Amino acid sequence: MIAKFKGAYGSGIEPLTYAGQNYMVVDRSLIPEILQVLRNEEQFDYCVDLTAVHYPKREKQFDVVWVLYSFARNERIRVTTQIVDGATLPSSVPIWPTANWLEREVYDMFGIKFDGHPDMKRILLPDGWKGHPLRKDYGILQQDNEWVQINLGIESGQ
Amino acid sequence: MGQIVSYIESYLHTKDLTPGAAGNMFWVLVYILLIFTGLAIAVMLMTWLERKVLAHMQVRLGPMRVGPHGLLQPIADSLKLLLKEDIMPAEADTFVFWLAPFVVVLAAFTVFVVVPFGPTHAITDMNIGILFMLGVSSLSVLGVVMAGWASNSHYPLIGALRSSAQMVSYEVAMGLAVVSAILMTSLNATGTGTLSMIGIVQAQQAQGEWFIFKFFPLGLIAFFIFGVAMVAETNRAPFDLAEAESELTAGFHTEYSGFRWSLFFLSEYTAMIAVSSIAVTLWLGGWLRPFPNLLHNSTWDLIFSLFPGATLLFLAAMCFFNAARMPKHPLFRIQTIGLAVFGVVLGLIGLVLFIPAVSVRVQDIFWFSAKVAGFMYLYIWYRGTFPRYRFDQLMQMGWKILLPLGLGVLILTASVALLQPMIWHP
Amino acid sequence: MTEPNTLSHLDLETHEKPFLDANELVINMGPQHPATHGVLRVILRLDGEKVLGLECVIGYLHRGVEKIGEHRTYTMFNPYVDRMDYVAAVSNGLGYCETVEKLLNVEAPPRAQYVRVILTELNRIASHQLWLGTHALDIGAITPLFYTFRDREEILKIYEKYCGARLTTHAFRIGGLQYETYNGFEKDVKNFLDFFRPKIDEYEELLTTNRIWVERTKKVGVISGEDCIALGVTGPVLRASGVKWDLRKAQPYANYKNFDFDIPTGQNGDTYDRYLVRMAEMRQCVRIIEQAVGAIPEGPIIAKVPKVMKPAVGEVYHSIEAPKGELGYFIVSDGSTQPYRVRVRPPSFVNLQALDLMCRGQLVADVIAVIGTLDIVLGEVDR
Repeated sequence: MIAKFKGAYGSGIEPLTYAGQNYMVVDRSLIPEILQVLRNEEQFDYCVDLTAVHYPKREKQFDVVWVLYSFARNERIRVTTQIVDGATLPSSVPIWPTANWLEREVYDMFGIKFDGHPDMKRILLPDGWKGHPLRKDYGILQQDNEWVQINLGIESGQ
Repeated sequence: MGQIVSYIESYLHTKDLTPGAAGNMFWVLVYILLIFTGLAIAVMLMTWLERKVLAHMQVRLGPMRVGPHGLLQPIADSLKLLLKEDIMPAEADTFVFWLAPFVVVLAAFTVFVVVPFGPTHAITDMNIGILFMLGVSSLSVLGVVMAGWASNSHYPLIGALRSSAQMVSYEVAMGLAVVSAILMTSLNATGTGTLSMIGIVQAQQAQGEWFIFKFFPLGLIAFFIFGVAMVAETNRAPFDLAEAESELTAGFHTEYSGFRWSLFFLSEYTAMIAVSSIAVTLWLGGWLRPFPNLLHNSTWDLIFSLFPGATLLFLAAMCFFNAARMPKHPLFRIQTIGLAVFGVVLGLIGLVLFIPAVSVRVQDIFWFSAKVAGFMYLYIWYRGTFPRYRFDQLMQMGWKILLPLGLGVLILTASVALLQPMIWHP
Repeated sequence: MTEPNTLSHLDLETHEKPFLDANELVINMGPQHPATHGVLRVILRLDGEKVLGLECVIGYLHRGVEKIGEHRTYTMFNPYVDRMDYVAAVSNGLGYCETVEKLLNVEAPPRAQYVRVILTELNRIASHQLWLGTHALDIGAITPLFYTFRDREEILKIYEKYCGARLTTHAFRIGGLQYETYNGFEKDVKNFLDFFRPKIDEYEELLTTNRIWVERTKKVGVISGEDCIALGVTGPVLRASGVKWDLRKAQPYANYKNFDFDIPTGQNGDTYDRYLVRMAEMRQCVRIIEQAVGAIPEGPIIAKVPKVMKPAVGEVYHSIEAPKGELGYFIVSDGSTQPYRVRVRPPSFVNLQALDLMCRGQLVADVIAVIGTLDIVLGEVDR
């Protein structure tokens, strides 16, 4: 399968294996097509997880990871793509409805927006939260300080 | 002065008349007071018993701290409720919010005007007794709706809507079952029935058969319909949708607290006793002792007259037994003594009840209460074993099962009553 | 702090229009509500008693577990995962330890594997017991709760004897176990199995043929197998919809391939089937433990793992069959002592997404039943 993909998409795909697990790093431009193909032709009908990793020192700061599973093949695959800060990705809700909350969580935690998502808003944190906590440059104390300042009128001791 | 005394005395000479029927205001008041205190004590006992029985069904101990085996728990509870802050939601309709618990309590207690604890032990005997009872007890729905609406909150509103729909629906089936029992009262020489509560029991006495066994199984089915409907009427498990805890937090009384809430609580239990009294009166021979037709010579009369005293002596013995089993630690001394004293009190009352002059007057009340207590136990049992019905299923059961069944039983009872003299006793 | 999401976020267009344009009632259930199993908040749109649509508002229990993971070493983070699904803490620990073991390329010794399976399956029973009790309580049957808690106590006693903790056990270490089993561990487990087998029948006696229970659960919260897969719903919910899929069989981890057990499935995907599936699963757990407890091999309990763990650069996704569904961990290592990124794929979070679909057109009382039957733990939903 990987070989077929490699043949079809060429340098856009880099298949890798680590600890016996297959994953492929896919160019951002190929993402909509690859996901569609994986779902419809390769029977990866179950989107297990969708998440991101932040590498602040890289130019393309974010890794976005889809963990897919195929019931028919009993096989897992991870699709990873790299995007720059502020870039958007196409929503995969039309492909896997389960991506709805997962994409919201990625937005909540990393600030990556998904185009075409039915309800792109924060999910775990309150609507008015500032910043995206799972970014590496997020200051953990920031929200705390602000709350203390507003509500107690003093500097936080932390 | 003498006039008053003779006025009071005059009732004692009238046999077979309730104070209301004799028109003696003094004794009416005495009866009202007695019944009111009796009910209050019964409700307290009931709450203790419910918690205990339910706990033992659920491998728990239940209240154990306040008094021996938690016997004083109801007193502690009521004290707590009285002392609690009385909260009224800011958005509530103040007057209606205030009025609702009283309407409910009033409806629940007024019913007892006609409940016959014995041939003369009722406040009054109305010739429309059963109608009065059904009518007044359904007034409580008004209070529930008022409470739900006045709270100005969603959960109470839904609770009140559910409750009113449920009470109204089950009243129909209940009414049909009651009518079929009333039909049975007319099976006498004159062919006239009665709606008087005392009259209904006397009809069972005259026919030598409780109505539950009459035209077997018709009486039983009618009783069953009533038995289901009465649980629904009182909003108890498995029909406690109006206060379904897991869905509507507390249903129509979500916003009530403290004393007002305790009024709802009081009325719920009073209503349970009230509908159980109706069931006992209509089908289980009211104050009549068991087997009045089979075992009716004077020996059996004597034996059955010993029951009230014996029951209390048994309870006293239980108290002594448990007092002996109490841990011997000094911390438990007061509890042990308390339980023993309680046992002594019960035993003394039991001994008093063996005096023939007393037992003759009391045994009616005893049998009536014992039957009602049986129903109370059933209520607890239901609560311990059944999940809750869903609203549409509840309605389905009321309208599609109980109502046709009730109609069928009514028609069959009427037909059998008409045909019976022609076929079996020509 | 700002207010959490408000009512204005309800997507009114996409929902069914109410009957006769009657004013629909928007009701806010939770976060403080007796039947939402924690701090779940559900905004219901009702037409009378009928549910037109609902929206879950979650995050009230968010503790930033994933962020904490980036600031702790691999060993230090281990106890934190217990706090996610706190009724199945052992499963969480198993998933985490196995993922890190994959990263480190070590394998727990056989003895540890067996003890792990026993403890994890006991945990599955405990989790299902808690589910049964609370689910039945939601539907109005108050008694099963006490029965299940009484019997769950016996499992917790075994945990307490084994590692000193009852709920958040932290029973496993990366590479194996911290503690050797105590004297009489096997006997205790066997005693528990003998004690527990008739108890399942007792639960079933109370509910399985109870007319009201059947009426309340049959055809309630129906979800098809396809919908389950599309929504990523896993665990007993998926199996009750007829999909015979269990990670213990599909992609065996630990040493589950050594054991003989069945995957119970349902056909209708309704609440009653899910109830039956979970009851059958408890019986299967008993079977697995029975096989495992007699066959614990002698040997070391922990593999050779470095004191300071520095896995090579790389990323691993590993998942196990937790009592609630697929519990996955995605750990990225940058070669340091701390994980670069820990992602938890919580089954409750993903399963909860199906609530809206399962409740449409049902009654308010069914929402409670469906929340119960999904078996969510808010600690895991919010992390």
